Amino acid sequence: MAELWTSYLWPVLWIVIKILMFVVPILVSVAYLTYAERKIISAMQMRIGPNVVGWFGLLQPIADALKLLTKETVLPTGASPVVFFLAPMVTFSLAMLAWAVIPVNPGWVLSNLNVGILYLFAISSLGVYGVVMAGWASNSRYAFLGAMRSAAQMVSYEVSIGFIMVTVLMTAGTLNLSALVEAQSEPLFGFLPGWYFIPHFPMFVVFFISVLAETNRHPFDLPEAESELVAGFMTEYSSMSFALFFLGEYANMIMMSAIVSILFLGGWLPLYDVAPLNLIPGVVWFAAKIAFCLFVFIWVRATFPRYRYDQLMRLGWKVFLPLSLIWLALTAGFLVYFDKLPA
Amino acid sequence: MIAATLAFYLFAGLAVVGAVNVIFQRNPVHSVLWLIFTFFNAAGLFVLLGAEFVAMILVIVYVGAVAVLFLFVVMMLDINIAVIREGFLKYMWAGLLVGGILLAELITVFAAWTISDSAEGLRAAPTPDPSAMSNTEAIGQILYTDYIYLFQASGIILLVAMIGSIVLTHRTRPGVRKQIISEQNARRPIDTLEIIKVESGKGLQ
Repeated sequence: MAELWTSYLWPVLWIVIKILMFVVPILVSVAYLTYAERKIISAMQMRIGPNVVGWFGLLQPIADALKLLTKETVLPTGASPVVFFLAPMVTFSLAMLAWAVIPVNPGWVLSNLNVGILYLFAISSLGVYGVVMAGWASNSRYAFLGAMRSAAQMVSYEVSIGFIMVTVLMTAGTLNLSALVEAQSEPLFGFLPGWYFIPHFPMFVVFFISVLAETNRHPFDLPEAESELVAGFMTEYSSMSFALFFLGEYANMIMMSAIVSILFLGGWLPLYDVAPLNLIPGVVWFAAKIAFCLFVFIWVRATFPRYRYDQLMRLGWKVFLPLSLIWLALTAGFLVYFDKLPA
Repeated sequence: MIAATLAFYLFAGLAVVGAVNVIFQRNPVHSVLWLIFTFFNAAGLFVLLGAEFVAMILVIVYVGAVAVLFLFVVMMLDINIAVIREGFLKYMWAGLLVGGILLAELITVFAAWTISDSAEGLRAAPTPDPSAMSNTEAIGQILYTDYIYLFQASGIILLVAMIGSIVLTHRTRPGVRKQIISEQNARRPIDTLEIIKVESGKGLQ
């Protein structure tokens, strides 16, 4: 009996505990990200924002969640019930799955995969299914149009995201995310931080914009453009199924910010490895970098008008794709010519 | 060890269930979704074999790109199941004949299947030692050295196929108003604006 416990039950229980240690903070962050978004945008528009429920409106996300829970779940006529309810679950669980390989501190990772970056790319390329399934299963024109737009948009921007990831992993010489972060610890020219956003600055910008498109965020929120498509693929959803989409979208933002932090902002690494900076725990650095990226997400939303659809496609295929390809060739040439290829 | 065996039967069983459902679903969109499910289980089997690179590529390429396009196309189709079923009995013998021939061929192939000693030896001691090198590295080293010409040739074939399909389907439609950004940027006020002094009481002539 004791053997059963130590060799089977306890490992399983321990994995569940570790998963919960990731999932619970993410869910809390998602709730407070919606609050932060409303507060930041209201500050940028010189409004007050939520301030009634709790101190400074801090209980507003919980109130919203309770309200959503008590609403009625509506299934449209002619909808395909299984796919209709599967779609929000897919969106939400994909946003959670990616965290399995994200290292938040040296050794603090659920699964230290050798192909971590490919896993992340695979998971983010699956995000389109939630949207497409929702759009098709809703049996509604607006939802279907939104899904079509989303499919085209996400597939287009994935291409440049893939090339940029290849560029970064070529510089680091590894597909393992922890090793990728460690590869950024060497200072550049001896005094600049070794984070990849400095040598790969153009790609950092392109990657961030592609991430905006990949998560269907402003200014690329065409799949749910409310002035044209009511709410796009989410039109027919209500109650918990809507809440899952909503959670999934925000969890995706956090996940993508984490990817940006790992690829370009040095993950858990401090700015400089000197006394006051390296005393701050790596988790705090990582969280601060994610928070910075999320702030930029919201900042962009408050600042830019929505792109038109053909402009979006032009930007993806005619600007970002050639740029990232050229940068890939340049990086490869540089690494080979100066003999800097990582072993 | 028992966990790996259980996982193998789980993935293999679910893959078979998925594949069967691909055929038996009436709705083509459901078929594609089951196909995706099958891909996932195949990826799981690759992971069990220790081929995590192939598993990830399977998910990225087939699930992330190919199946999205399948789904895209199938969702656009306006399919009437009654019309599809119309000639079912009339043409069933042709389908059964083709299926029967294929089944007979498969049986003859697999009945005479033997594994050569060199393959068995390779399995016992793989050439790049799996403990010394990740399989991404091993694939890269063999693909970009021994098979570089074949690899590049397959890339060129895909490129030609892509360009070919674009050339075949692309048509310039008249009456489409397209935004040409370079032209817009090149416009100067002098090309489009004319400033006229209008005298009072006269108006424009």
